[in-house]
Amino acid sequence: MGRHVLLIEDESNIAEAIRFLLTRDGWQVDTHADGRDAVEVVCAAKPDLVILDMMLPGKSGMDILRELRAIDGLHDLPVLMLTARGQSRDRDMAEKAGVSRFMTKPFSNIEVLSAVRDLLAQASRT
Amino acid sequence: MPRDMLTGSRIRERRAIKGLRQADLARQVGISPSYLNLIEHNRRRIGGKLLVDLAEVLGVEPSMLTEGAEAALISALREAAAEAGVAMAETDRAEEFAGRFPGWAEVLVWSHRRITSLERTVETLSDRLTHDPRLAASLHEVLSTAAAIRSTASILAETGELEPEWRDRFHRNLNEDSARLADSSKALVNYLDDTEASADHRGAPQEEVEAFMAAHGHHFPLLEEGTGDLDAIIASAPELTGRAARQVARKILRQYAADVVAMPLAVFTEAVKAQGLDPLALAQAFAVDLPAVFRRIATLPEGALPGEVGLVICDASGSILFRKAITGFALPRHGEACPLWPLFSALNRPLVPIRRRVSQLGRAVAEFDCLAIAWPDGPPGFERDPLYRSIMLILPVRHGEGDGATPQPVGGTCRVCPRGDCDARREPSILSEGF
Repeated sequence: MGRHVLLIEDESNIAEAIRFLLTRDGWQVDTHADGRDAVEVVCAAKPDLVILDMMLPGKSGMDILRELRAIDGLHDLPVLMLTARGQSRDRDMAEKAGVSRFMTKPFSNIEVLSAVRDLLAQASRT
Repeated sequence: MPRDMLTGSRIRERRAIKGLRQADLARQVGISPSYLNLIEHNRRRIGGKLLVDLAEVLGVEPSMLTEGAEAALISALREAAAEAGVAMAETDRAEEFAGRFPGWAEVLVWSHRRITSLERTVETLSDRLTHDPRLAASLHEVLSTAAAIRSTASILAETGELEPEWRDRFHRNLNEDSARLADSSKALVNYLDDTEASADHRGAPQEEVEAFMAAHGHHFPLLEEGTGDLDAIIASAPELTGRAARQVARKILRQYAADVVAMPLAVFTEAVKAQGLDPLALAQAFAVDLPAVFRRIATLPEGALPGEVGLVICDASGSILFRKAITGFALPRHGEACPLWPLFSALNRPLVPIRRRVSQLGRAVAEFDCLAIAWPDGPPGFERDPLYRSIMLILPVRHGEGDGATPQPVGGTCRVCPRGDCDARREPSILSEGF
């Protein structure tokens, strides 16, 4: 099982907290804060899991997710989406776009950690 | 080279890379330039010797020009057919269709892709525009800050031994985020809650007034007759639920009544019939200023003018104070309008009338004749600067009515404006793919 997580989040303090949390748990964490080139960054970094914020400068997390899912080899990449918008409609749209897990802000650290562990464990079984 | 590119398109691309003219390539393979043109636009299928000759001149393997091209086309046709619910018997003939009519097949595939892309745009739009963008942004700020605080605080509380460097950094982040949360919460509460008028929660006063004016068609017969009681009209308006909205509406109706006195309906309508919709002549005839004429034109009853008119008024900050919508001209409900509107240009040259032909790109390009002027509002004073307002009358230009000049392109608001290359753009459009 790979241990490389790419965190795409423009809120620097959230990114820092999650990076600390996951690094402590033994993950290699890279961060990126811009939506515009996020797809290219994912393709270049080849992470084992992506944590993706919904509202990013330049391009929304939803659009990024759709683009990722259209790329060969990234259909099954685990994507954990973070959003401040928890309406069921947004959740439905994210699921339709191929999200692996949907998490609303504010979340607890243990939730994030569990989600990352679960998703990567699932990915390693398939 | 993309696998879904058709053979003709691949030939065209390779020729461009080699810097060959169409005529040169055609001559070298022994065909006419017009025939090569048809091939390059995927209107003729090729194979055999001609394909080999073309590939040789272009310096590529013949398979590079053909491999996967037809398969991609047929696959896209089947996809389009499946989504349209075409019977299986027809779907099975996709290959024959692509073979006999490659150009039409490509048009069909292109149309299907375009529809899919537009559906996605509509989906994105309805997702984002069903919410008040200001409210959504404000809530997002609060929740994101809360998320940052919660995560940081948990780390500080739950991590046993934390290196001093990390601890200091998280303390600093916590301090920053708590200040940010205080500010964003306050802003959100101010936005949601007018403590002096709790009844104003239903909507922004501007929106209530707009709904009230629209419900009356921007025309009030009782005020036209001089018998209307402003307070009674306002009290009986179900749209005006808030105190602020009622105040704004009262001010507008008071102005309406004053305009009626200066330009009585029957006389004004006759003047419009006699002189045409010429605001300068009308202003002279009734000894009033242009803003009064613009307002009066916008309050004429349905049928008095050949078509609908729109009206927008703003103050010197650019805030929209009044709007009468007109079909095809997008007036933003939230956020800032397009700075290219003549309404705003007029603020740079107070008292100078500006007339511009503009076009707005929406589902179709619509042209409008915009007349604008800015004027000092309120009594003059030696000790204070004048407060300027600007007003713009929007008249639709019917097909064939234009003078042939290219209209100035303008938008509604940047968030939903599809124009790519615009010096006035304040923020990226959410229409990533445009219309």
